[in-house]
Amino acid sequence: MVLSEKEHINLQGNLRLKILGLHHSAGSGHIGCSLSCIDIMISILRYKNAQDSFILSKGHAATALYSILNELGDIPNEDMSTFYKNRTTLPAHPAPGKYAAIPFATGSLGHGLPIASGIATANKLSGSTAISYVLMSDGETNEGTTWEAAHFAVANKLDNLLVIIDKNGLQGFGNTLDILGDTAAIALWQTIGFDVATADGHNVDNLIDTRNTLLAAHNGKPKVIIANTIKGKGVSYMENKMEWHYLPMNESQYEEAVDGIKTKYNL
Amino acid sequence: MRKEFSTYIEKIATQQQDIVFITGDLGYNALENLADAMGNRFINAGVAEQNMIGVAAGMAYKGYKVICYSIAPFVVYRCLEQVRNDVCFHNLPVYIVGNGGGYGYGIMGSSHHCIEDIACFSGLPNMKCYVPAFVEDLDACLTDMFDRKKPAYLRLGLGKNRPDFLLPTPFGAASKLSAHSGLTIVAQSPVANNIVAALAGNSNQHCVDLFIIDHMPFTTLPDTLAQSIQNSSNVLVIEEHIATGGLGQALSTLIHTTSLPVHRYVHLFAAGYPDGLYGSQSFHQQVSRLDENSISQTINSFFQPL
Repeated sequence: MVLSEKEHINLQGNLRLKILGLHHSAGSGHIGCSLSCIDIMISILRYKNAQDSFILSKGHAATALYSILNELGDIPNEDMSTFYKNRTTLPAHPAPGKYAAIPFATGSLGHGLPIASGIATANKLSGSTAISYVLMSDGETNEGTTWEAAHFAVANKLDNLLVIIDKNGLQGFGNTLDILGDTAAIALWQTIGFDVATADGHNVDNLIDTRNTLLAAHNGKPKVIIANTIKGKGVSYMENKMEWHYLPMNESQYEEAVDGIKTKYNL
Repeated sequence: MRKEFSTYIEKIATQQQDIVFITGDLGYNALENLADAMGNRFINAGVAEQNMIGVAAGMAYKGYKVICYSIAPFVVYRCLEQVRNDVCFHNLPVYIVGNGGGYGYGIMGSSHHCIEDIACFSGLPNMKCYVPAFVEDLDACLTDMFDRKKPAYLRLGLGKNRPDFLLPTPFGAASKLSAHSGLTIVAQSPVANNIVAALAGNSNQHCVDLFIIDHMPFTTLPDTLAQSIQNSSNVLVIEEHIATGGLGQALSTLIHTTSLPVHRYVHLFAAGYPDGLYGSQSFHQQVSRLDENSISQTINSFFQPL
């Protein structure tokens, strides 16, 4: 069932609270990058078909993945309470072989697109109509494997592959434009041969519409949504701040973040 | 061994439709039969080895058994993280095949040599490395690899026939044991051909036990090998691989953990490029004392008073 716009906003707020709760309990970082891509994940994981696959290539956004999979019933509550603790199945980056909904462990960047291309190739070979989704960060497109895999996907006509780039303009130690330039630029992907679309990465309805339009074209071209996002989206003092890739929240920061989310998302 | 390898794969891929072959744009004059026989299950991934491994992991996740082929150095060193994270962590049936292991590509130079591959791969989770020494060993290695359905690395080298006096065993091959052996040789890879040649003209050949180990990691000492070491107390390890992380270190650990008495232990291994000079595979084997004459001299040293 497709949620209404209001219901989407409600879900976006509640999953943000879940993410913040995980980081607060654990005293852990990687908050900004999870808030950056949670809305993209809603648009894919809430609506993909059972046989479709989803790879979180930017594995450092694990709390966003864990939160929505918990919401969808793929990760039980008792596991969520172990996040970031010893003997957990939910470390800071997804682990291998623990949950069917997390088919691949990630955390080192540049691995997801080759794997998703392989899944798409296998789907073509077996006659499956399943879609292979992969979520990348824009900083991740610095990696050479991105371009190896992109050319492979075009050459093999993988129109069952949908890449979503979480383009928040920040990476590990600075602005993407100041480091290697815009490796998530529309023109680069178009030139290689992808079907490219842009979307508001925090508008779930817009993301779903964009996805549906791209996938409707069975034209032999792999697809990419370049989703414009804000790192730390929803928490005012985190937004567009590189340091919130790394920092944990103190008690007052957590309370301020929760209050802000409740206000912005009408919770 | 490349021809025998492609013949085997053609046969099994015809029988099993879940086998996929990916090449990193190599295989001229060797893999054309596979391209013809396998149709869209034969994929040229281009000069992009890291992506090739990731693609293979994705396909294996969807139920295929995937062979990734290139020359050994290109598919080992460049792809180590992909092999570890994408393939081994997930225990997927991706079979990495590297042609020309050791100094196999000779005068092509150090970029084309592969003398640290076992050190790189044999410690990865779920990984089994196969290093056939003779053409006849290849079938057993491939059969085990496909039956096992787990991550694997196959190092191909110069294909010569196994001599009659070496009999196949579960761990590779071994010569007939003598009750009063003076030396136990343990070897890996086609450098075993040099040992066979050295023994043929050596007056001490009947006092030597020879064991060929065709897989890594090597974690269990076969009873026959332990008995040979017990009898001889002298061990000579020969491998076309660096000293670190190869057969020699593995055997040394097993000897210590089983408290076998060893009077003398000599290790011949790939020395790298100590003089900064390059040449054929035979040249590099001579530099590393892995050639027939050097091996013969080393064998004789065990039978002379020190």
